[in-house]
Amino acid sequence: MNKKPYQRKVYWNAPTLTWWERAYLFEILRGLGITGGVFLRNMWKWMTFRKGALTTYYPEETRADYAQNNRGKHVLTQRPDGRPQCIACNMCATVCPAQVIEIDAAFDPDDAAHPKYPSRFEIDYSRCIFCGLCVEACPEDAIRMVKEVPELPSADREHMWLKLDELLQWKPQSDVAKPYPAKGAASVGPASAGLGKSTGHKPPEGGTTATRAKGAAA
Amino acid sequence: MIQDLVVYAVYIGYALAVLMGFGTILTWVERKQAAVMSDRIGANRAYIRIPFTQVKLIWLGLFHGIADGIKMLLKEDWKPRSYDWYAYAVAPWVVFTPVLLVFAVIPFGGILNPAKLLQGIPAAAAWFGDRTYPMQIARLDAGLLIVFAFGGMSIIGAMLAGWSSANKFSMLGALRAGSQMISYELIMGLTVLGLILIYGTVDLTTIVQQQSSTLLGFLPAWGIFLQPFAATLFLAAAIAENKRIPFDLPEAESELIAGFYTEYSAMKMGLFMFAEFIEIAIVAALFTTLFLGGYNLPFMTDDGFVFRGDLVLPMSHGAVVVTQLVVFLAKVLLIASFQILIRWSLPRFRYDQVLMFAWKFMLPLTLVNLTVTAVLAWSNQG
Repeated sequence: MNKKPYQRKVYWNAPTLTWWERAYLFEILRGLGITGGVFLRNMWKWMTFRKGALTTYYPEETRADYAQNNRGKHVLTQRPDGRPQCIACNMCATVCPAQVIEIDAAFDPDDAAHPKYPSRFEIDYSRCIFCGLCVEACPEDAIRMVKEVPELPSADREHMWLKLDELLQWKPQSDVAKPYPAKGAASVGPASAGLGKSTGHKPPEGGTTATRAKGAAA
Repeated sequence: MIQDLVVYAVYIGYALAVLMGFGTILTWVERKQAAVMSDRIGANRAYIRIPFTQVKLIWLGLFHGIADGIKMLLKEDWKPRSYDWYAYAVAPWVVFTPVLLVFAVIPFGGILNPAKLLQGIPAAAAWFGDRTYPMQIARLDAGLLIVFAFGGMSIIGAMLAGWSSANKFSMLGALRAGSQMISYELIMGLTVLGLILIYGTVDLTTIVQQQSSTLLGFLPAWGIFLQPFAATLFLAAAIAENKRIPFDLPEAESELIAGFYTEYSAMKMGLFMFAEFIEIAIVAALFTTLFLGGYNLPFMTDDGFVFRGDLVLPMSHGAVVVTQLVVFLAKVLLIASFQILIRWSLPRFRYDQVLMFAWKFMLPLTLVNLTVTAVLAWSNQG
């Protein structure tokens, strides 16, 4: 019979309410004022033919303000004559954790320096995880990622492959952060292209690299 | 006699159209308003393509309601192996029908005089003669009592659904629904008692007509000015009665999946949802009728506007009827929109809080309100 009546546990962070908050109504009205204010503000924007939302109508509309280092899509860098710099070594396809890169290598007898080139280079964007490991694995700086996103939305997965023609759409001249080809690298010739490229990330030093390469040759 | 049949058939058709229309439109309003309130755009992908063309009609996503309906009609009607299949099948209708019936006693317009309306067609005008009809399906002198009688019936549906589903979650949801709805129905009734004291009647048309006079010379004599406390408490209790956030404990999806209609699929579940949305409109219509002057604009009567007692602005009968119908719909839509604002602003109560709120907070307040009203009414009578 001396059982203690049930007592609700008092939590250490139990909120202490003032009588104003205890009355519910005023705080509820304040909350309704906030949400209603947002509603009226946005509604007024819609009614005056402006956009009252933060959403973009993807895919009809894409955001222009992607971060500079956004990994949006892959591009293949090009030699000065426009052919891909890729030597079809398959390193990116090997390192790819999602196994989405498919490369068919071909032989080009006319280019003695780079006889091997990709006749087919395709990436399955329905499975790509945008980790960027392919970029890190590439010994030729042939594959990079840019901030723009591809035209992905599609009704089936067969249409989510990025093919060679789209990968080569990249205009190197417009990439300020990583100019390509590196300054001076083009004049050195095919033999030292690898060296010129490896330091090509810092544009002002491109020239000195070329001179150092010449000095080493002398 | 035939004239009565014709008029009431038109009324019933109008009422059904309004309720079904609100049930459909409010799903859209709920989606869009929630989106606008949270800086989003909202559902806008469903479209109707004009046949043989590429023209797609989107219309701000209005067709999502149709898409929902088609989906629910075409889904598999899955049934649990219930020990009471009859109760299981009948429960959605027990929830849905009383909601529609409540609207029968709510006036959606003033007194209609068909002969005046059809002056252009002398034969029709002569046929109707000098008959007048209140714009209300059933003018009963027990109007408000009917509202509560039918309102109380939807509890039975919720309990039946939960009990016959053979599911623990449904059962819990039904228990919650039962205790919550009974608690809040009491409060709803008590809040309205103050109004009955003031108006001296439960006939809804008379209540509306009394609200078209003025108060202190400038205020319209709306219930919300006479009984502000009761109006607030009534709206809160009505939302709780309708089992919507912040009182949606019976169907709290994070705790009970979908509460008492967990085991319902396809259009049976759709009926529950539809009943809920129609009930938003019903609650709004009730609130409009009791507290916001019903179908009348401020200072408006069945003959036109009357300002300060002597300045009269007469209107033709057709203009009055159209104004009253439109004003009623506009007010209902406004209050429904306000309910949706509440639904998307407030978090859900804890279950013990819901009942504590009803019995320890709202019940004393309603009793105080009732006492003060009674004393004032008695002293005024004095």
